[in-house]
Amino acid sequence: MALSLTRAAPALTLLALLGPVAAGLAGTLAPAFGLMPALGGSEISLAPFRDLLDWPGLPRAVTLSLFTGLAATFLSLALTLLICAGWQGTRAFAALERVLSPLLSVPHAAAAFGLAFLIAPSGWIARLIALPLDWERPPDLLIVQDPWGLSLIAGLVVKEMPFLLLMSLAALPALRPAQSLATAQALGYGRVTAWAKVILPRLYPQIRLPVYAVLAFSISVVDVAMILGPGTPPPLAVQVLKWMNDPDLAMRFRAAAGALLLLALTVTALLLWRAGEGLSARLASRWLVAGGRGRADRALRRTGLGLGALSAALVLLGLAGLAVWSLAGLWRFPDLMPQGWTMRSWMRHGTELLALFGRTLLIAATASGLAMMLTTACLEAEQRYGLRPGTRALWLLYLPLLVPQIAFLPGLQVAALLTGIDGTFGAVIAVHVVFVLPYAFLSLSDPYRALDPRYAIVAQALGKGQSATFWRIRLPMLLRPWLTAAAVSAAVSVGQYLPTLLIGGGRVPTLTTEALALASGGDRRVIGVTALAQTAAAFLPFALALLIPALAWRNRRGMRHG
Amino acid sequence: MIRRPMRNWLPLGLAAALSVTTPTLAFAEADPADWDAVTAEARGQIVYWNAWGGAENVNAFIGWIGDLAQDEYGVTLEHVKLSDTAEAVSRVLAEKSAGKDAGGAIDLIWINGENFAAMKRQGLLFGPWSEDLPNWRLTDPEANAALTADFTVPTEGLESPWGMAQLVFYFDTARLPEPPRSMAALAGWAAANPGRFTYPQPPDFLGSTFLKQALIELTPDPEVLSAPVDEADYAAATAPLWDWLDALTPNLWRQGRAYPQNAQRMIQLVADNEIDIGFEFNPNAASNAIANFQLPDSVRSFVLEGGSLGNASFVAIPYNANAKAAAMVIANLLLSPEAQARMASPDELGFGTVLAMDRLSDDQVRIFDEIPVGIATLTPEELGPTLPEPHPSWMERLEEDWTARYGAAR
Amino acid sequence: MAEGLRFDELRIAHRGAPMLTLDARVAPGEVLTVMGPSGSGKSTLLSAIIGTLAPGFALTGRITLDGTEITRLPPERRRVGILFQDELLFPHLSVGGNLGFALPARLRGRARRERIDAALRDIGLEGFAPRDPATLSGGQKARIALMRMLLAEPRALLLDEPFSRLDAARRGQIRALVFERARAQGLPVLLVTHDPEDAEAAGGRVITLG
Repeated sequence: MALSLTRAAPALTLLALLGPVAAGLAGTLAPAFGLMPALGGSEISLAPFRDLLDWPGLPRAVTLSLFTGLAATFLSLALTLLICAGWQGTRAFAALERVLSPLLSVPHAAAAFGLAFLIAPSGWIARLIALPLDWERPPDLLIVQDPWGLSLIAGLVVKEMPFLLLMSLAALPALRPAQSLATAQALGYGRVTAWAKVILPRLYPQIRLPVYAVLAFSISVVDVAMILGPGTPPPLAVQVLKWMNDPDLAMRFRAAAGALLLLALTVTALLLWRAGEGLSARLASRWLVAGGRGRADRALRRTGLGLGALSAALVLLGLAGLAVWSLAGLWRFPDLMPQGWTMRSWMRHGTELLALFGRTLLIAATASGLAMMLTTACLEAEQRYGLRPGTRALWLLYLPLLVPQIAFLPGLQVAALLTGIDGTFGAVIAVHVVFVLPYAFLSLSDPYRALDPRYAIVAQALGKGQSATFWRIRLPMLLRPWLTAAAVSAAVSVGQYLPTLLIGGGRVPTLTTEALALASGGDRRVIGVTALAQTAAAFLPFALALLIPALAWRNRRGMRHG
Repeated sequence: MIRRPMRNWLPLGLAAALSVTTPTLAFAEADPADWDAVTAEARGQIVYWNAWGGAENVNAFIGWIGDLAQDEYGVTLEHVKLSDTAEAVSRVLAEKSAGKDAGGAIDLIWINGENFAAMKRQGLLFGPWSEDLPNWRLTDPEANAALTADFTVPTEGLESPWGMAQLVFYFDTARLPEPPRSMAALAGWAAANPGRFTYPQPPDFLGSTFLKQALIELTPDPEVLSAPVDEADYAAATAPLWDWLDALTPNLWRQGRAYPQNAQRMIQLVADNEIDIGFEFNPNAASNAIANFQLPDSVRSFVLEGGSLGNASFVAIPYNANAKAAAMVIANLLLSPEAQARMASPDELGFGTVLAMDRLSDDQVRIFDEIPVGIATLTPEELGPTLPEPHPSWMERLEEDWTARYGAAR
Repeated sequence: MAEGLRFDELRIAHRGAPMLTLDARVAPGEVLTVMGPSGSGKSTLLSAIIGTLAPGFALTGRITLDGTEITRLPPERRRVGILFQDELLFPHLSVGGNLGFALPARLRGRARRERIDAALRDIGLEGFAPRDPATLSGGQKARIALMRMLLAEPRALLLDEPFSRLDAARRGQIRALVFERARAQGLPVLLVTHDPEDAEAAGGRVITLG
């Protein structure tokens, strides 16, 4: 990495993304204030907001979005911490770690479909009960799509908990938790309490950004909410999408206003969360040193493990359900298994999807490679030149996470058209970078900053320059989190639907555009095939991220975590 | 045809950063009246047909049309599979915003109803062209008003029809011996069988269609529905519908506290034995579902007494399409007796043909006579009369009011 | 002669506030001990000498090493070795890899391997080259860290409380080894410590900061 390039990296990264981010925001802001000349909106007006406020479902939709977003984030975090606290370094934990990659690889929508098939009144679990009790009809119970969004929250938790767990696993080794834990336990603290008192206060700042990302994601999530969430009214993000897709093009103004409200809602939720952090820290500062050794330790450990296992089981069983569906002939309630089996769904769609595997992974590898290069260069610049004040502006990179994609894309699409890159392979990769980069950043920045700077000082004192220090010390020492971040980025790229379709102009079909179009027919057999294909594509980078360090460091105990 | 140069606008922010000049070149555009020139121009072109990709039989049919186009005209057809037609509309809108008035990414869109009305209103469509296609002669727009009025909006040659669809209900004869055959009977049946009926949540297309179907049956004077909604006494016209829905809703699946998202979800609910009656805007839906193992072969279709809503599916060409000539070739192919007969076959799509039998040669008619009848597909006689769609403004009002009454505050 | 490590009116300020001043010379083989409470600027001084002072610190004056001014040189060209409280062996490299990392590039192939083996023999850890550093004892790690630093052929030595983590028995041993090596190679040593015993063992002048 050339010296001057590294120094310029934060500025370059910002420049490269400022255009898309500004275009995306402009595409939301302008129509929200009545400006969209292609639709005849040529004057600034507040009419879109008045129109939005007149929509009768607004108060409930807003409450629902906030509630489900905050609850899902809180539960995912609590569960993650409980599992780490109670089980880190044990066999049970290692087992959970092994299923982490498959859990992360299942696309959100597929996990939601799987979960819905498990918990619906006519679902797999109900069928287990229906058979012995001789039910002919499923009970008319409102489980999926419940008005409080509880099944939506469950659907988010089962997918976000693994993400936070992954982020924690990347951050933990630098904290040398085993030593601190042993010290506290020697002082008579229970395991969970010890962990909460000596590790958590240091871990949390490191996983804070991923937690914020989970919060922003949960509030603006669309696919999971459409499958599991209530519809009368739906959460705001879903409603914005509906307006955006309304045949009545005048609804785009209301949709843009709604998207801005959603952005405001996300910021509000983040501020609420921050306030919660402050409050917890204040309360905890007394609790930390009050000397309580923890009583409910065993119960807490069991709860953590039980819920963690349940959460993993829901995703994996759901996926198993979809796998069975992909091979199913006729399959009706209350049958536990299909009446007939057939390979037809695979014959029809499997080959089609397989043909797109290569291109999808190539795009993912290039986009995540670029994002990782920019991210690494920015973080390296920070290490070398202490550009932290200059890197502050990098929060702009997180905007694509905060603004709902559906509202962000039209502006981006116009920008791509104006620059003439639209419809090309390169344009698709570029737009993927916009959405992948925030994840690359938040996955890598904390482990990067947490690496003991004295290693680099030692290397330099031994006569090695910045470049050698980076390539021979910092990068290898960060291999695991680096690959993890790359895998997260690649998985995010694999999952991109709307950006690929809209910026690619239909010229660059990928596994995901094909899968979502096919799955829009709603047949569980097709959904099963597409879900498994997408899972496989996202699983590959995660598997590599696990395999490579395991092979490279098989003789290096200090490079194993825990 | 000469287009006037269009003034282009950019969203705020972009406009400040970039100045764009509108291409003022007058393109010599394909004129379907000179069909030989069109086919000559089309040879070697690639048509990007943006069409919903959620139905295997539709995808296969489009693939078949593509093979035909390649063989007969040297036109390559690429099916861009969408999960929602709105994605294509967004695309054209963005191209217009960016001033890309030629060489657009979309050549052909599967479209109808509200999407057509919106694109037409915003000047996003190319044309007129469809009534100059050679195969247009095989249709009879006088006898089939749906070919020139899409949800009452005049098509004016901006879109070309390719299939007829109609609202058809289905049920499992093994579980329900005799279904209710009117909206009034349906409410009574639901009261006796609570939780066994539902409809997709408006403004889903099919859900809104259900509301319109009910409105036509229940409103005192259906005539007023063909004019824009503000010309009628809306409250009086819709009061019976709301009374009927108020009575029906507590007896719906999940007591009306949740609704299926779309037609596809409703098929699943019938398969899961959660509900007893489903419906689709496709006379062949039940047969398709049986062929796909989604429903058992004891499922049958029925229509409501007094007729059911019907309309045509169209293809349109965006104003800035890149391969207009080849797109017209595809549209014309879709109107060929060979393609229409294949489409009408229940083994393929099972849509009704848009061709008029009295305009075809005896040989051509014979192809249609040989089409087998699907296991759960009704014959044209059984399908009964097609009711015209109300003016689109009714749909918008109904959707808004429905959301306020049942879709937001509960 | 200008041999050894010299500080000419070295002044360090943080955001405008003066932190420390130093005017001293450490002759080859001599140990200068710097003591002082936490926050008195001991680690800042070390950063200034190796060249990793964070932005926000302002430095005036000169640091010379064997007659060459190093004040503005990048860290890797100063040839100042440092030992921290932790051994900081690179966990991803073997013991031999750690030593090899320090060895100048001019030694190649066989000569390189032999130099590493000789160095290990020298500190009583013969045959340890392929070992994983995480499997070593504290004393072994400390010796490797010292040898790693010496192999880079430094011209001065900085010690940042390097013995405080070791147990009493090992501490004396390692301390003696470090000082002995430094003296044998004629390196000026700057020792930063809390421990009066360290200062005493060093036997040189003591400066107290703060």
